[in-house]
Amino acid sequence: MMRRLWIGLTVLVFGLLLVIPVIRIAQGAFDAGWSGFWRGLTRPEALHALLMTGIIAVVATVVNAFFGVMLSLYLVRATWLGRRLKRLMNSLVDLPFAVSPVIGGLMIVLLLGPDTALGGLLGRAGIDIVYALPGMVIATLFVTFPLVVREVMPVLQEIGSQQEEAAHMMGAYAWTTFWRVTWPSIRWSVVYGVVLTVARCLGEFGAVLVVSGNILFKTQTATTLVYQDVENFNLTAANAVALALAAGSVLLLLFMEWAKSRKEVH
Amino acid sequence: MHVEVRGLNKKFGTFQAVKDVSFHIAKGQLIGLLGPSGGGKTSILRMLAGLETPDEGDIVFHGQRVNDLPPQERGIGFVFQNYALFKHMTVAENIAFGLEVKKWPKAKIKARVAELVELTGLKGFESRYPHQLSGGQRQRVAFARALAPEPQLLLLDEPFAAIDAKIRHELRSWLREMIDRLGITSIFVTHDQDEAIEVADEIMIINQGRLEQKGSPWEIYKDPQTPFVAGFIGESTIVEDIASLRGFADTLTWPGTKGLIRPEYIEVGKEHEFPLLSATETGRVKHIHFRGSEWLVEVEIGAIKLVTYRSLEKEVLHPGDAVHVLVHRAYLFNDNDSWVMENKLKEDPMPVHI
Amino acid sequence: MTNMLQSRWWSWGFRSAVLIYFVLLIVFPILGIYGQSLSGGWHAFTDNVTEALAWKAVLLTVKLALISTAINAAIGTMAAWVLIRYRFPGRRLLNSLVDLPFALPTAVVGLMILLLLGPRSPVGQGAEALGFTILFHEPAIVIAMVFVTFPFVIRAVQPLLEELDASEEEAAYTMGASPARTFFRVILPCMTPGIASGAMLAFSRALAEFGAVVLVAGNIPGKTLIASVYIFGEIESDNPAGAAAVSVLLLTLSFAILWIVHFVQTRRTGR
Repeated sequence: MMRRLWIGLTVLVFGLLLVIPVIRIAQGAFDAGWSGFWRGLTRPEALHALLMTGIIAVVATVVNAFFGVMLSLYLVRATWLGRRLKRLMNSLVDLPFAVSPVIGGLMIVLLLGPDTALGGLLGRAGIDIVYALPGMVIATLFVTFPLVVREVMPVLQEIGSQQEEAAHMMGAYAWTTFWRVTWPSIRWSVVYGVVLTVARCLGEFGAVLVVSGNILFKTQTATTLVYQDVENFNLTAANAVALALAAGSVLLLLFMEWAKSRKEVH
Repeated sequence: MHVEVRGLNKKFGTFQAVKDVSFHIAKGQLIGLLGPSGGGKTSILRMLAGLETPDEGDIVFHGQRVNDLPPQERGIGFVFQNYALFKHMTVAENIAFGLEVKKWPKAKIKARVAELVELTGLKGFESRYPHQLSGGQRQRVAFARALAPEPQLLLLDEPFAAIDAKIRHELRSWLREMIDRLGITSIFVTHDQDEAIEVADEIMIINQGRLEQKGSPWEIYKDPQTPFVAGFIGESTIVEDIASLRGFADTLTWPGTKGLIRPEYIEVGKEHEFPLLSATETGRVKHIHFRGSEWLVEVEIGAIKLVTYRSLEKEVLHPGDAVHVLVHRAYLFNDNDSWVMENKLKEDPMPVHI
Repeated sequence: MTNMLQSRWWSWGFRSAVLIYFVLLIVFPILGIYGQSLSGGWHAFTDNVTEALAWKAVLLTVKLALISTAINAAIGTMAAWVLIRYRFPGRRLLNSLVDLPFALPTAVVGLMILLLLGPRSPVGQGAEALGFTILFHEPAIVIAMVFVTFPFVIRAVQPLLEELDASEEEAAYTMGASPARTFFRVILPCMTPGIASGAMLAFSRALAEFGAVVLVAGNIPGKTLIASVYIFGEIESDNPAGAAAVSVLLLTLSFAILWIVHFVQTRRTGR
């Protein structure tokens, strides 16, 4: 009896809170029929915005996957970092989780904006950071930095350093040891962290909005386009792009589930 | 390989793990590092391997100082406590790893792996993964893997700790035989004295980072040089008031001296079992325990409690029985000195009259 | 030997690159924002923070974040319990759905709520008939926050429930405890650390939320303007010092929470 009640209640909450809203987006996207959806999605500004989102996602994911794995290795294994320093860095890694994306964007504007010393210098050299692609990439890097680290570090801790030491004793140096011994154990966690990073890159809004200035055909991304469409009461067009993004997220979610099951096996 | 260690010191933070340890090991010997857990044995082993850097002291292989050589260059085989087999590689791949790293030609690798598989009795298991093997098999894979690149020195960290008591015995003699056959200098760490006594040519007793004594198992048993060694090897009871035992009254000469008495130093029995009653004490049986191949007897002599063994062939004792106890010898120690003393009354005091 | 030297050089390169990246990307910007907020002196900072609208925005954010956290603590505990303890068709699907709010772009979330609760939607009309509005008022903000922070409590409680040994519960039964008593004395205390740390994370995320809220809040200064939107407004109206001052306030709060979670977790696992 109790059991039925609790299960029913949970299903109800999930339905109301998670399922119905997603369905409503899909419905909204097709308010003006298939052609309305298609028009909303293939507008030149929508295509450009999706392209920008894609570029940012690829660059940020590659960079953070590399640095995330390296930092995890150092934080778990390195003897050249003091214990105190490691602990401090370990807690600093989480900072982007605690920082509002808007504030993340603001930081970059404050450090590299056209009015700052550094930004002015780069501007004179012809490199725009803020209100241009580099700033948007940096903002996304900041926001997604902890994801890979947080996935990989626990696995490294769990597998311990003995297999790596065994490889050292058999004459393998760091490079060989990493690729032949460490990587096979952590790869599924890295994949999982990367998927999370991609999802976050696609969805990043606040930080990018602040840094990009949301300039049409220049720095507009998919999410900031949705925002602008809503502000302009162009709901059908907004729904089309939002549905594309939501579909991407759901696909990533499925992939995440799969990666998680692989992670548990290995 | 001839191994020499001079003045080794290692601190972890404020904890002094290894204190001024020096020793040398002749080629082809099998050495057991024995001591309580956390005593610094593993730290010494890891410094020999190059996995840990000593704060002070020299490690010399073949007359050459190797302190600055990374583990990759030392040519040592290492068997880890939990074997540290590569989980994602088969038995054959595990064994071949070191050879591939050393860039041996393919055909030679194949031959060497086959040879080691044969030697360690793992034939038929080459393509299994570690999780498909039993504890004993994993241990043998770890052993084969460490031996594959033909190291000059083999280090084993608690090699039998993770194995069932029953198979452990088998594996010990197997290892002993294997190392004898290969003639490779080997050092293993253990906290189990039976293991060290059974397997090693020489034992080094390590306690609180110090090397207490080095010698053959028999030497260490017979002639312990520190109270710690005496207490650690074998079972024993410490008697504060040793002078009150018959035959040891002389110890009053050295105030503050205590006695350490092992079960095998003591005989217990009914009056008629002793030819010379004057050397015995009278006591009372407190408990007896059946130990499979003998009785373990707890006796009380006044306030002193002693433990000894008694053959199953002899008359069975019962708790509460009045018995005679003969203490053959005791290991005596005080703050400055330690020595073994025989029971003074055991020799017939007046042989002429009999 | 050359092999060895090479690897030394490589490792030096890697180490410095990673450290520099870390410092430039994470440490530097945060120091920068604290610096900027105080660059006009202490007075300018306090002026910016005590500015009526800023103050109200921060208070409103904290209040709404607390409400949504309380809701999530309750729902999350229940959902974690159901997902771990009961077997029923669709359980796996629900379990995967938990992560959906992490995967969905926040702007999309905002749009979803806008569509569902807008004045022309059935829900919006129903609420209107009852005499209150959801959209562009506080309830909409709370709903957005609940949605975005939905997974935290569930994901924090689930592993604890999985770890909980059935024998602990059975032991309680053998000692004559009723199911209700067992729940409150044995199971709930074991879940509490998870509920607490999950709720803390949810709270800190709710404080920071921007994308989902900006579309549904109406953003009326002093009434439905939350802190992150206030900061955005200040940036847009070219007042970085004001934005930085409120940011510092919000950041310090979030850091404190994060630190407490860290502390609680290390103490728990340290034992």
